[in-house]
Amino acid sequence: MLQDKDRIFTNLYGQDDWRLEGARKRGDWQNTAEILAKGRDAIVAEMKASGLRGRGGAGFPTGLKWSFMPKKSDGRPHYLVINGDESEPGTCKDREVLRHEPHKLIESALIASFAMGAHAAYIYVRGEFFNEAVHLQTAVDEAYAAGLIGKNASGSGWDFDFFIHRGAGAYICGEETALLESLEGKKGQPRMKPPFPAGAGLYGCPTTVNNVESIAVTSTILRRGAAWFVGLGRPNNAGSKLMAISGHVNTPCVFEEELGVPLKEIIEKHGGGVRGGWDNLLAVIPGGCSVPVLPKSVCETVLMDYDSLRAERSGLGTGCMIVMDKSTDIIEAIARFSRFFKHESCGQCTPCREGTGWMMRMMDRMVQGRAELDEIDLLEQVTRQVEGHTICALGDAAAWPIQGLIRHFRPEMEERIRQYKAAHGGTGLVQVPASGVPVAAE
Amino acid sequence: MNTHRTPQEQPDSFAFDSASEAEIVTVLAKYPEERKASAVMPLLYIAQRQMGRETGSAWVPVAAMDEIARRLEMAAIRVYEVASFYTMFNTKPVGRYHLQVCTTTPCWLRGSDDVVAACKRATGIAGFGETSADGQFTLTQVECLGACSNAPILQVDDDFYEDMDGPRTVALIDALRKGERPPAGPTINRCGSAPEGGRKTLMDSVHSISENK
Amino acid sequence: MVRVIVDGTPVDVPAGFSALQACEAAGKEIPRFCYHERLSVAGNCRMCLVQVVRAPKPVASCGFPVSEGMEILTDTEMVRRARRAVMEFLLINHPLDCPICDQGGECDLQDQAYGYGTGVSRYHEPKRAVTDKDLGPLVKTVMTRCIQCTRCVRFTTEVAGTPELGMVSRGENAEITTYVEKALTSELSGNLIDICPVGALTAKPSAFHARSWEYKKTDSIDVMDAVGTNIQIQARGGEVMRIVPRVNDEVNEEWLSDKGRFSVDGLKRRRLDRPWVRVHGKLMQASWQEAFVSLARRLDGVSGYQIGAIAGDLCDAESLCALKDLMTSLGSPNLDCRQDNAWYDLSAREGYLFNSGILGIEEADALLLVGTHPRHEAPVLNARIRKRFLDSGRGRFPIAMIGHPLTDPTYPAELLGDGPEVLEKLLDGSHPFAETLQTAKRPMIIIGHGALTRPDASAIYDACKKLAIQTGAIAEGWNGLNVLHTAASRVGALDLGFLPGTRGRNASGMLRGDVDVLWLLGADEFPVDKIEADTFVVYQGHHGDAAAARADIILPGAAYTEKPGTYVNTEGRVQRSFRAVFPPGEAREDWRILRAFSEVIGKTLPYDTLDALRDRMAEVNPIFRQIGAVAQPITQIEGQGVSAPSVPAVSAAQEEGLAASAFRPVMQDYYQTNPISRASPTMADCSRVYGPVRAVAAE
Repeated sequence: MLQDKDRIFTNLYGQDDWRLEGARKRGDWQNTAEILAKGRDAIVAEMKASGLRGRGGAGFPTGLKWSFMPKKSDGRPHYLVINGDESEPGTCKDREVLRHEPHKLIESALIASFAMGAHAAYIYVRGEFFNEAVHLQTAVDEAYAAGLIGKNASGSGWDFDFFIHRGAGAYICGEETALLESLEGKKGQPRMKPPFPAGAGLYGCPTTVNNVESIAVTSTILRRGAAWFVGLGRPNNAGSKLMAISGHVNTPCVFEEELGVPLKEIIEKHGGGVRGGWDNLLAVIPGGCSVPVLPKSVCETVLMDYDSLRAERSGLGTGCMIVMDKSTDIIEAIARFSRFFKHESCGQCTPCREGTGWMMRMMDRMVQGRAELDEIDLLEQVTRQVEGHTICALGDAAAWPIQGLIRHFRPEMEERIRQYKAAHGGTGLVQVPASGVPVAAE
Repeated sequence: MNTHRTPQEQPDSFAFDSASEAEIVTVLAKYPEERKASAVMPLLYIAQRQMGRETGSAWVPVAAMDEIARRLEMAAIRVYEVASFYTMFNTKPVGRYHLQVCTTTPCWLRGSDDVVAACKRATGIAGFGETSADGQFTLTQVECLGACSNAPILQVDDDFYEDMDGPRTVALIDALRKGERPPAGPTINRCGSAPEGGRKTLMDSVHSISENK
Repeated sequence: MVRVIVDGTPVDVPAGFSALQACEAAGKEIPRFCYHERLSVAGNCRMCLVQVVRAPKPVASCGFPVSEGMEILTDTEMVRRARRAVMEFLLINHPLDCPICDQGGECDLQDQAYGYGTGVSRYHEPKRAVTDKDLGPLVKTVMTRCIQCTRCVRFTTEVAGTPELGMVSRGENAEITTYVEKALTSELSGNLIDICPVGALTAKPSAFHARSWEYKKTDSIDVMDAVGTNIQIQARGGEVMRIVPRVNDEVNEEWLSDKGRFSVDGLKRRRLDRPWVRVHGKLMQASWQEAFVSLARRLDGVSGYQIGAIAGDLCDAESLCALKDLMTSLGSPNLDCRQDNAWYDLSAREGYLFNSGILGIEEADALLLVGTHPRHEAPVLNARIRKRFLDSGRGRFPIAMIGHPLTDPTYPAELLGDGPEVLEKLLDGSHPFAETLQTAKRPMIIIGHGALTRPDASAIYDACKKLAIQTGAIAEGWNGLNVLHTAASRVGALDLGFLPGTRGRNASGMLRGDVDVLWLLGADEFPVDKIEADTFVVYQGHHGDAAAARADIILPGAAYTEKPGTYVNTEGRVQRSFRAVFPPGEAREDWRILRAFSEVIGKTLPYDTLDALRDRMAEVNPIFRQIGAVAQPITQIEGQGVSAPSVPAVSAAQEEGLAASAFRPVMQDYYQTNPISRASPTMADCSRVYGPVRAVAAE
């Protein structure tokens, strides 16, 4: 368990002053120029050594990502783009950074930008975080006024601009190339890769897109050293991470915790335990809705980190867990995710545009039980047909929760269908007219 | 029927007012001159806000989109595409207060159905997407608002009202109707996203890294 | 070159090729919907998925660049499974209305469903329906059939340069629309019908008229402008039903202008299908014999100098050659193909050609348009200018124009002035665009008939030529001084020397009454009331347009779809078309009419087969031997030194120096510029919807 002295986000709850004065008291903006004086290569090397893996969900090593940026500019500017489009259901960690630790983010953005040769950073904040963006803008204005960013930022000799760009309600913009499209003033439709952003990203220039948290921890890692960070967590799963608990626990909250702590312990400590006691637990979705659900049996022992959850055919994702107790209709819980993905599909590529709607409609029937038993297999096949065939990972994300549901809760689904048949006497294929009244087909 | 209909009632013209113009200047400064199309979303927001100020209904009429296209030297259809793609741009009029209830799983698990029911009860709105008879409220079902540890969320215009339930929703709507704006944030005893009843970490008030060294 | 292994077969392809192109190079057919060679890559349909060895997932081959040693598998279980999955998704919301769909039989979705679809649907949910859009008189929409491939969005944005279509909303609610209901304003909108891989966008005028497999298909050349667009005429039962473009990368790529495509219904209306003779002031139906005899009588005793002929804009070179020979045999030097009184530098063939060739546009790096609005005068050529503008990148293809355009040219063009006087500033270098032309490696100047039909045309041309020489637009290996014609027949007629001979009268002279008998070969584009009242008019043509009403004898000819013909386009490319259908009623191929009449008056033309006539054309000008290619200057063939018509030409009287008046547009109404398009209800519809564009006041 993480100790208070090792916490990076010390104003997580906004219990202290989030503005420049308070941030300085907490250690932000101290000797920033000295960190930059270490040089680009040293900073990237330190970040690599820290073992920091991307905090946005995919877990790609951050230092390695930075090293993909061209060492020398070919005339095109470099950009750092910070992904603050936090929209994954269950995930609410970056919001706390934006509103309560904005200076930590801005300072780290300066360091990161310097490390990749960028003079400008854009942060894409999801549109609904209006008040959070206001906080951040206030902090940016403070930092400019204090000479911390802008020309000769913090006296480092490096010019650095920080711009806030607000999204407007599109989950897909959390996908890095969709985010770049959106930032360029287009619909947020993911690009085909290659080319990757490090080669041609924002405005066709070399760009690195990082999650808010991945960037925000940079200043602390460089102050306290990679060794300190590696000392936290487990091998290949280094450091501490912002996590959140939502759903059926006694005290849902956001918190910072070491990686590799047992899931159960986290729920007990931070979440105040499952509502009605641990034995009332049904399942946990450990890292935002696009990772498969874990049944209680797995939750007993699994550790909260990238590799442990991968081994359970789930994932750490954003590290923000959704806890469900035994009162939960698990089929409806997943069906609501299906509706979410159908709502958020950008509509660009075929399998996702058509498949998310199909999956949602089948899931809606599964909730009622208004289906045939073999349609569970059909549903599973549809998820397989979407998975891996799309431009971006939204198709996969839409498929996985359903696959997880079928894997762990198939008996519940079958029981629901049987109940429906018993109640309605329905046999044969169920046709669903637009009005929603089921009519047996010939 | 899948049909995108632009509302029949459209103002003939739209011009940015001086407050909007001032905002536009700061927005355009963020992007390289030849990439000013980047400003399309900020300008749509500015137009929507101005409509809210002027008419009490924060939406973006076609005339405003055309004006934005002209300003940013883009084809008008590209602005229409953007405005219709993102859910936060209202391409048809909304009520003075835009009630946006999150009903995605984390909020649903903690009772968003009650919040929805309370909204309907308190405003007389029958279904999502509708505006109350008095034109005060529009109820919209939204997907995850990104504040799941404070679920369920009712977003009113730009403000999150957190940890809601049915009675508190009714009270909030009554207050809004009276012209009050209760402070946004948790509606129960907690500080931000800290656990209800007091935080369990960060027990010292200020942790300075320099002190830790 | 990069070596790629496709299904075990190594192929060498250029770096930068996509996996799909590599597969095609290896002879593998890759199914696709959104991918189109001439549009940007969208990668959204996912039909072209292939397996790349060592890639964990199937990749969309259209957007995946090749790399050395890459192994592509196009026919594995993984690939088939992926494509079947995509096909199923495409079909779940696609209506099963193929039997009543105009695309049926030529539908990519239908075809590929044979390969990757199943006979039964597993989709038991409600199907999506989408409201149709009104895109104007030409393109019909059935939006429920749309598969959101966005080809149409990319076409209007990229090729046509009229970004009016978009995909609004998102997810399964995404739909193609103009958002605010409006008719598409492009002159290339018909191509949307061709590029749409399903039946979402079909031809409105011919909706439900025929099925694609019923057509007899004939290769032909479009005559609605001087681009020489390669077309295919599709006929059923002796009626032309449809005209679609053929691919010719050097001319029209695969586009066709709307006038070329949709004037087709004009071919059935207002046709001259029997000879007419004016008796006591009234036109009376006649037999060929009667018409010929009465014409022969009228000509009897008339001196050759009192007979004249004016050729129209749609004539094939064969009829021009025959008419010229007939006139010569009658002793008439009064010939003109310039019914618009255009002036050309006839000292060399280069004086009236689009010398760089249409392909040359893709090499140009600066462009000056003088008195021309290519968007109306040659929409397909205009698309090439736009293509060049897009390909060259921001600011690398500066374009300027002299003469106010009626509509947006579809690319940014700096307006230097309304009239020719600005040429002087370009010549003396005082205008900044002179510097732009000077620094360009391959500058191009396009002179249109807005300039060439003015009294100061020769001065304008001379100024342009001087500017061209000065700026390197005419240099070793590059001739960027281009004349843009609007009449399909014009270059062929000039090549044949269909021009006034020694002491011959030009068109305006003939109209003024300098001749007693005036033979109009499809000439309608001048105010008919200008013809002197006592002039005897012979109208040979296919449509009962203005000139026919004025005629004393009407000889019904064949429209371009009804005769084999040779046309020379604005760049001097000699192209041949074939007969798709027979002319209506008594109407006959024009050269045969002339040949028959020559026999009646005892001056029999020395050819009675098409081949013999074509030999004669080649005798007049050897360029007619070079079919298909941009004809080389004659100096390079057969050692002849003459590259211009062998007759001294009389042109409209020319003023000295540049006049100050503004250029006037060549055409006010794009949709109605010749007898066929004026007879077309569809073109009339367009004209009504889009309105004849009024000239913008110059001052």
